[in-house]
Amino acid sequence: MSRTLYQFHGGVHPEEHKQVSTQLPIAVAPIPAQLIVPTRQHIGHPAKPCVCIGEYVRKGQIIAQADGYISVAIHAPSSGTVTHIGTHPMPHPSGLVDNAIVIATDGKDEWCERQPIDYRNLNASALRNRLRDMGIAGLGGAVFPSFIKLNPGVPQKVQTLLLNGGECEPWITCDDMTMRERAAGIMAGVAIMRFMLRAETVIVGIEDNKPEAIIAMQQAAAQCQFPVEIVVIPTLYPSGGAKQMIKVITGKEVPSGGRSTDVGVATFNVGTAYAIHRAIDHGEPLISRVVTVAGNIQQARNFEVLIGTPMNELVQLGQGHPAKVSGYVMGGPMMGIDLQRIDVPVVKATNCILVKSQTLFPPAPLEMPCIRCTRCADACPADLQPQELYWFARAKNFDKAQKYNLFDCIECGCCSYVCPSHIPLVQYYRYAKSEIAFNLAEHKAADHARERHETRLARIEREKKERAEKLAQKAAAKPATDTSSDDPATTAKKAAIQAAIERAKANQATTQPPTEPS
Amino acid sequence: MIAALFVMAGLAIVLGAALGFAAIKYKVEEDPIVEKIDAILPQTQCGQCGYPGCKPYAEAIASGKADINQCPPGGDEGARKLAELMGVEFKPLNAEFGEPKPKSVAVIDEAICIGCTLCIQACPVDAILGAAKQMHTVIAKECTGCELCIAPCPVDCISMEPIKETVGTWKWKYPIVELKAVS
Repeated sequence: MSRTLYQFHGGVHPEEHKQVSTQLPIAVAPIPAQLIVPTRQHIGHPAKPCVCIGEYVRKGQIIAQADGYISVAIHAPSSGTVTHIGTHPMPHPSGLVDNAIVIATDGKDEWCERQPIDYRNLNASALRNRLRDMGIAGLGGAVFPSFIKLNPGVPQKVQTLLLNGGECEPWITCDDMTMRERAAGIMAGVAIMRFMLRAETVIVGIEDNKPEAIIAMQQAAAQCQFPVEIVVIPTLYPSGGAKQMIKVITGKEVPSGGRSTDVGVATFNVGTAYAIHRAIDHGEPLISRVVTVAGNIQQARNFEVLIGTPMNELVQLGQGHPAKVSGYVMGGPMMGIDLQRIDVPVVKATNCILVKSQTLFPPAPLEMPCIRCTRCADACPADLQPQELYWFARAKNFDKAQKYNLFDCIECGCCSYVCPSHIPLVQYYRYAKSEIAFNLAEHKAADHARERHETRLARIEREKKERAEKLAQKAAAKPATDTSSDDPATTAKKAAIQAAIERAKANQATTQPPTEPS
Repeated sequence: MIAALFVMAGLAIVLGAALGFAAIKYKVEEDPIVEKIDAILPQTQCGQCGYPGCKPYAEAIASGKADINQCPPGGDEGARKLAELMGVEFKPLNAEFGEPKPKSVAVIDEAICIGCTLCIQACPVDAILGAAKQMHTVIAKECTGCELCIAPCPVDCISMEPIKETVGTWKWKYPIVELKAVS
């Protein structure tokens, strides 16, 4: 079966470096002495800790509950004792600290009670809640809570379930190895997702530089109860981007500012499918993931790593460094983030740890002025005008940058890759995006403060009025007794009283005998 | 000649009636420029500008009584936006009205607080919770950092604490490293 493939705009061919980490099968990384499990590992609201210091936790036990709608639970990756709940340095470009739950492991790796369920016995809503409580978030890098994406919508919006096995970023091979070794598990996860989304078609997109993965996935697809199409797409960075892959396979373009579901496609990473299979069919929450460790190390390899494992311990499994280490990157060379320190934990978003050296990753050449060659515009897979965005971001002209669809930028780095002036374009876009987001938040806060202030003023005004009214009422009550003489009702009353007095007097006169002769 | 006069007079009456109707029907209750200025102001309600809140300051700017550079929390950036809106030349912040400070929240030392409610009455956004002779506390999320609660406190138990940067509020930095002139 052959399918017409389309092409997205632009794209680049960076050196792949994928061979080095696919020579050995996925190895299970040893349990570290200490697991640092951050509560903010997904997009949205951080999870809320529900254990206390000193508590013994088993592997797979919930240690932080989902808090708010866009949130998922966090679990203990191994058994041990909670030693600390508080701040710890994070794998974040800022190098700032954030909340984490630290567990001193006991090495027993003792599971809590696991409850495998048959997904066909549950409705989609119950399954979604289960996935939230199993901590499933997208493992492709964005870590968006999967249960939210697994809602077909009313009316049905999703027709196609697209499994993303693109993995276009250089060096990273964790999805490749997952597909090679765990294809059946991925397909089991796909079955669950297909059931939840009521999707008509299931497509798996894989770049043609992963022949072993393609064969493994084709074999697994043949065993499936439902039709699964494995689509081999040409290798071109960034075809693993959701919007780019949708374009290549379906020819549809996600509208500006829109999501995949706007064109009827739900996209998931292959690792997420496997995690969903473990969560539903085995009752195992998301407590580990496959991480590529590569770059300036002796033995590059993929590891099954417990979430919370300190990265320095993981890097040590690479058996030393051939050259002097010049830094660490979480993710790939195109989109990854430079880490300020290496004692930070592996999180759900960690697909790769790259060890840098001066030869493998030479420092960026000096930034030169933009010569307006528009090579970046030719390379941009989002069909933007990077040179214009650069000027606007540099001039802090954020309104204009937004008008040029800055927020459609996927930060893939193609523009900086081809720039002959070596301008760190993506950094400018990230800067502009975060400034805009910050201004928006400030504006919202100001609106909120205005509302509160106005409510307060209105309340003070109302209280004043009420007090004045009360005083007026009191004042009105007093003269009411004086002016009552004019009232016809009171005159009648008075007359009645007068009459009664008269009557009493008359009575007295008649009943009482004259007192004088006694 | 007379026909022309009648036509012109008739036109004048019809158009006048239309304008008069429009003036009543589409009457603008408040000067919209005040709203626009108020939207730029940071809504701290701190009164550093010399007016009792952001709205009165906006009204004063609109009527030409106040200048555009009297709002320290808005800073130069705010003054620039106001200048653009009002179509006047930008002026840097007037230091007479105060210096811009990092965003802060008020914190009550709860051990010292005597529960006098003076700060509650001073807070423009009802961000302080408490009752007479009961300990008070600041709802940090609602506090605009206006510092109006500090002066009325008889026991000086309120202090301002700058808001720390977190992973959630962190921003990417401007990629250009400014070269410092060596004097």
